[in-house]
Amino acid sequence: MSTTTTPGVAESPAPAKVSQDRPRRGLRANSTFNFWLFTGPFLIGLVIFVFVPIGWSIWLSFFEARFTVTPSEFVGLENYKSILTNEDFLNSLVTFTVFAAFIVPATWAMSLGLALLVNRLRFMRAFFRSVFFLPTAVSYVAAALIWKMSIFNGVRFGMANTFLGWFGIDNIAWLANPDPPWYWLVIVTVRLWLQSGFYMILFLAALQNIPRELYEAAAIDGAKPGWQTFRHITLPQLRATSTAVILLLLIAAYQAFDEFWNLLPKATWGQPPLVELYKMALGENQNYGVGSAGAVVLTLLICVVTLFQGKIMGFGRGEESK
Amino acid sequence: MTTTAPDLGKVTEPAKAKRGGVMSSTGLYIATGIAAVLFLIPFYLIVRNALMTDPEITGENWKWFPTTIQWSNFSEPFNDVTVDFARSLWNSVVVAVLHTAGILLICSMAGYGLARIPYKHANKVFYAVLATLMVPTAVTFVPSFVLVSSLGWVDSYRGLIIPGLFSGFTCFLFRQYFLGFPKELEEAARVDGLGYWGAYWRIVVPNSLNFFAAMATITFINGWNSFLWPLVIGQDPSAWTVQVALSSYMTNQTVNYHLIFMATAISILPLVFVFLFLQRWLVQGIAQTGIKG
Repeated sequence: MSTTTTPGVAESPAPAKVSQDRPRRGLRANSTFNFWLFTGPFLIGLVIFVFVPIGWSIWLSFFEARFTVTPSEFVGLENYKSILTNEDFLNSLVTFTVFAAFIVPATWAMSLGLALLVNRLRFMRAFFRSVFFLPTAVSYVAAALIWKMSIFNGVRFGMANTFLGWFGIDNIAWLANPDPPWYWLVIVTVRLWLQSGFYMILFLAALQNIPRELYEAAAIDGAKPGWQTFRHITLPQLRATSTAVILLLLIAAYQAFDEFWNLLPKATWGQPPLVELYKMALGENQNYGVGSAGAVVLTLLICVVTLFQGKIMGFGRGEESK
Repeated sequence: MTTTAPDLGKVTEPAKAKRGGVMSSTGLYIATGIAAVLFLIPFYLIVRNALMTDPEITGENWKWFPTTIQWSNFSEPFNDVTVDFARSLWNSVVVAVLHTAGILLICSMAGYGLARIPYKHANKVFYAVLATLMVPTAVTFVPSFVLVSSLGWVDSYRGLIIPGLFSGFTCFLFRQYFLGFPKELEEAARVDGLGYWGAYWRIVVPNSLNFFAAMATITFINGWNSFLWPLVIGQDPSAWTVQVALSSYMTNQTVNYHLIFMATAISILPLVFVFLFLQRWLVQGIAQTGIKG
């Protein structure tokens, strides 16, 4: 936590000392003062509400802390041992992995597909873009409510079961039991609907940055419009955007909470990491020690995944390097 | 204006050039139209259920439209005794507005400081901010709750709003934006004798309203829609935001479909209108800062 000292120390700026550093102009002379004037409020808040909780949490994770945040009993790595052998916690990591395996490729394909469609429209393009972008304004709670109460309601009047009924198919209990795991369809489609439009906008912006000379050159070389051009020009040109989108999707999936919490409130299965963390730290036991250890483990995991994926997929290497 | 984002509304050459390719114009519109209908179904369902009676919603046969539109459903969430819906709506308004105003003020100033004001340790400060981006805020809700509860801020606006104001990501986006702000404008301000403070408020901010509008829209939507933190902080129903209230409807013993969907409609519609109205700036803002090639 050495970083906390940087903003903390410099909280009291000393304009007099600074003027020795930069004596050239009056304005420059108090630039240090101005730097802290502008960034100070943010940095003080960042220290108090971001760095202190993180540090406190790391400290708590080494203590026996039930119903208290100022514990005295040091337990070493016991909390970590207990979280890493906790079956619910380990299952939640499996749940996340399955969830990510569905939602990341699905959202990538859907948002890219929508962007390709909208990009080719010549009339009513703004209308269709708005339609696909609109779910961005809806909360996960509201969407989960619509999905659970009206679309994937397990009884006959749910829209999905009504639709299946027209073809003589029996009601499906979408969310009531884990076998067969229909709940994945519900959970994945909620998020797909909510976030595709946002990533579509990113892809649209990237598509419009592709130099049209590339397509002209390809046409002269005899490339057929359609799959060939898409495979050899569009897709490679979108590489940086795709990489970033996949990274963002993965981080978002890792933090999934709202839709699981509301769609599967009483289930013992299909619980993602954050829900388990919530139950552990804020549920009946209020075990802040183990909860904090869980938070530390999850944070480390996501840092590793981010850095690893960044390395593998070349995040940060811009498209200009081509 | 200062925005350099591509105009997403204009038809680019590739779009025209590909005409008559794999997909004819008709096929293209049919595919897009089907996708659009699917995307609009949830909105349709909210409105349909909000304006129906429960027997119609739960009836044997599917009804596409209410026999008579039940406008009187509108007042039902407000008369419901199990959940204080009006209170939760008001809480959401207060939280979302102050959240947006606070973030814009604090993070934009910090972003400007980091982008434009020379200071020999500015890089170190910037890296400290970047480091916080590696730790997802959702994962830190346990330690944040620990801190907020020991400050005695549970069930209060302070607890709901203040911890969320120091967004490293928003600060980062503002920094990136201000790095691209034309220096000439600020230099002109200095010739006129304005310091950093004066130049910022009189020149930089008024010339960045597009970007501020984009950030305000996305911040407001996030503030209005956030669920995990309000759930953690709102232990008492009087501190619930509208999202927590909606969530509680789903686990209630008795389910009043028309009431629940009317409440959902009331919680969504203002946002949808704000969104449609400000969409242009939002799209520009995302295209500009979201990810650059």
